[in-house]
Amino acid sequence: MRAVVVLFAVSVAFLVLKAVQVAGKVERPSSPPEAIASSEQLDVAVRRLNDQFHKQWKSEGVSVAGPADDLAILRRLSLALFGTVPSLEDIRQFEADTEPNKIDRWVVRMLQDSRFSVYFAERLARSFVGVEEGPFIIYRRDRMTAWLTEQLQRDASWSDMTKELIAAEGLWTDKGATNFITIARTDDETINVNKLAGRTVRTFLGQRIDCAQCHDHPFDEQWKQDDFEGLTAFFCQAAVTLGGVTDKKTGENDEPIVYKVVDPGKEQSEARIVPEAVPFHDDWLPLDGGLRHRLAEWVTHKDNRRFERAISNRIWGFMLGKPLHEPVDDLPHPVDGEVDPLDVLGQEFRSRGDRLSVLIRMIALSDVFRLSSESLAADEATYSAQVQAWSVFPLVRLRPEQVIGSLFQAGHVRTIDQNSNLIARVQKFGNENDFLNEYGDMGDDELLQQVGTIPQALLRMNGRFSAELSKVEMLSAAGQIINFSPDNSAIVENSYLACLGRRPTDQERTYFLDLLDNTYEADSKKREADPSTPESDPKPSRSQADVVQDLFWTLFNSPEFSWNH
Amino acid sequence: MNNDLSRRKLLQLMSACGLMVALPGMTAKAASRRRDERPKSLITLWMNGGMSQLETWDPHPGTPTGGEVKDIATTSKDLRISEMLPQLAEQMHLCTVIRSLTSKEGDHERGAAFVKTGYRPEPTLKYPTLGAIAAHELPDSKIEIPQHVALAPDRISPEGGYLGNQWDAFRVFSPGDGLSNLKSYVSKERQADRLKGLSVVSQQFEQRRQFGAKNTLHQNTLDRALTMMTSEQLKAFELTEEPTAVKKAYGETSFGKGCLVARRLVEVGVRAVEVNLSGFDTHVSNHEGHITQTKILDPAIATLLRELKERDLLDSTIVLCISEFGRTPSINPAGGRDHWPNWFSCMIAGGGFREGTVIGSTPSDIPQQDSNMQMAGRGKLIGPTDPILVPELYATIMASMGIDARKEIMTPIGRPIRFADAQPSARLLKDNVASKVIKS
Repeated sequence: MRAVVVLFAVSVAFLVLKAVQVAGKVERPSSPPEAIASSEQLDVAVRRLNDQFHKQWKSEGVSVAGPADDLAILRRLSLALFGTVPSLEDIRQFEADTEPNKIDRWVVRMLQDSRFSVYFAERLARSFVGVEEGPFIIYRRDRMTAWLTEQLQRDASWSDMTKELIAAEGLWTDKGATNFITIARTDDETINVNKLAGRTVRTFLGQRIDCAQCHDHPFDEQWKQDDFEGLTAFFCQAAVTLGGVTDKKTGENDEPIVYKVVDPGKEQSEARIVPEAVPFHDDWLPLDGGLRHRLAEWVTHKDNRRFERAISNRIWGFMLGKPLHEPVDDLPHPVDGEVDPLDVLGQEFRSRGDRLSVLIRMIALSDVFRLSSESLAADEATYSAQVQAWSVFPLVRLRPEQVIGSLFQAGHVRTIDQNSNLIARVQKFGNENDFLNEYGDMGDDELLQQVGTIPQALLRMNGRFSAELSKVEMLSAAGQIINFSPDNSAIVENSYLACLGRRPTDQERTYFLDLLDNTYEADSKKREADPSTPESDPKPSRSQADVVQDLFWTLFNSPEFSWNH
Repeated sequence: MNNDLSRRKLLQLMSACGLMVALPGMTAKAASRRRDERPKSLITLWMNGGMSQLETWDPHPGTPTGGEVKDIATTSKDLRISEMLPQLAEQMHLCTVIRSLTSKEGDHERGAAFVKTGYRPEPTLKYPTLGAIAAHELPDSKIEIPQHVALAPDRISPEGGYLGNQWDAFRVFSPGDGLSNLKSYVSKERQADRLKGLSVVSQQFEQRRQFGAKNTLHQNTLDRALTMMTSEQLKAFELTEEPTAVKKAYGETSFGKGCLVARRLVEVGVRAVEVNLSGFDTHVSNHEGHITQTKILDPAIATLLRELKERDLLDSTIVLCISEFGRTPSINPAGGRDHWPNWFSCMIAGGGFREGTVIGSTPSDIPQQDSNMQMAGRGKLIGPTDPILVPELYATIMASMGIDARKEIMTPIGRPIRFADAQPSARLLKDNVASKVIKS
């Protein structure tokens, strides 16, 4: 029995290490982001985007927040692209960089870091397959995210990725994209084609037409039940077999497989045959090929504005925590002859091989991304108008994995990435899952704006994570900061940089310096330097380690730590 | 009746002598409020995995669907239930058994989403569960602990849905065994100093983000968490003061402890509690599986009902025992019953619901089309008599609790949605209650 337990433990440890190693594996990109678009080329595109907002701000007469400082931008980028605050090590390197185009160069550098591809793959996967467990054995979410990670490392074209997701064939373990289909397999071994049609339109075209499964869209005259059924028909031949996902053109008796709908209250024998059809522009639909392949070509067609607008809105949401239009997958219809910020992003993205890296860089360089979250609005209505117009950077609650990622990173001075030692990475892996279980996961509603909850506040204050990660130990951030900071002022400053990615204000520095000057260590130092110094009254009640641990706890629990700003 | 009177007299006497033994957090006046004077609470007993109606509330012994189970008489003349529920049989005069609930969702996740919210799940909007609505609509500023609690929850815990995650149930994974994250790991003095530092840091952040920071509710959430940490009402989560005999009566299982904690929470004034019992997905050996499950639930629920009645709390507490769906009339080759949403049962007691009543009846024959066709709601099937829709049940519970079920809330997707898409049903309530709470 004991041998079995040991064997099991060893196997689990091996699998965890393997998973961490795979997650840390770096592949060379097919073409580096700067080769897709130079900083200068992007400048022109970004100017077009900025013009859109500046015109709106002027016409609405909203006041515009000032620029955020570079460290605030680095924190936003790190949270969006890595899911953690920047490490003290990152901050030092960033501050030492004085070359031009610093932000764009840092974005490019971050896009080539495996922390980006692993983290972004997980975020994208939520829009493709959500977080549900899915059918046993034939659904492998880990293979889906591994495939996505690889695509992001290669900076693959979004159109190609989309086509692969909609039309891929093969084994779910081998071809990660096929899990987009296998998750829709039902208990009775058929494919839930409605689920696939709804998900495809939401994810890739930014439209919620799921309700049209049963009736015409109640508020949007453009979407009829027929549209939904026609789109659903494209998935009717998808099948999950022992050999993997495939398309079956004929059934057991060689009869062609067609999409049939049984209306409520009707018998199976009264089913209607619904031919595949697209709701608009059937001229974009190729005549040849499998049904899913034809649909994928139509979705990604170069003139399909909804396709580029949908991904632009989602990436904007990933970068700023809040999409340009909410909900992220229910966009207004594009209007002929009118161009809005989503179109500008979409057009530039398309013209550069529809790489996500282009969208990310454009958004990072935009004026909106670089605005401060500070507002001098005199009343709530003025502030709301600013938020509506994007003339102030929005305050957005960090996602659960960003909170634990940030706690973990702030607890270490060095960057936790593929180069970190295995113990730190395994520890992160375990911590993350435990924390997410307790903190709660937002599922596929990840861009829904929510406030924090009491259990989350309790976990941050009293949970083992903040206790462990604020400890003063040889390898912890708190411990190293004490050991390597020349004086108390540097201790306060480094703690702030590690946790909040900024320096303390004068008031904060004074407050915490006062505490650090009233410790056992400070007291004995004073009397060592000048034995005539009278004993402090009252005597210090804390050690330096206690005060620094308390400082870390304080910063972990501050609003600034759990909100993107 | 004698019990009621003597208890009330005792309470008055104790109150007058300053000997009120009410749970902490309740004023003497609040603790002595009983029946209609007391705001309503809801205890949902969630039979997770799909409880078989045939082995519990709706046995059909000696018929093609019946299986091995026998039925027994109960304290309600016309109501017979499964022999696996002997203790509950003694409490049936307090309960309504509905045998004709219907659903079209035969998958665990979708079925649970439907039965917990009254709305079929859809990918674009998450609906709040009944408990979240109750907590949202009936706030009580005197309650320092969460108003919506899930005891021994599984993966699908009751959620606030479009009302916001602040209405998600507070999850207690091991009821009666203490709460995690509620104690600071430093001394009181040090904690006070930490909070002082925190106010300095928060102030700096809020100074130039006055309105944005206010909207985050960060400080508000933190304050409520801190209030909870030091609240005497937390004792409601503990069982140390409960007599051993009481604990034994509930059963020393996680579910039994959960039911006892639920009673204590309701006494303090918590609005909605869900106690989860997993293990009902009996695709294999259904009969044996239900013997195991009912050994846990029978003493726990029966004792809960008895205690609520004895404490004069049943009129103000609705106890609902329900599942995501029922199980098939036929028994599969593995001796199991599979998912069956077409009809299933629930038990409801208290809060003005009828007592000793049974609603609906189901066929004793195995339906010809015993396939997934019915699960998807397609095809024709002879259903139960007097069917009750889940939204109708929930609209009635809301009416009994004083919640306007037709109230519309603007959801994040810009669609106004009603709390329940149905009218309350007078036939589920006592006549005097129905005339009071259901407006024509």
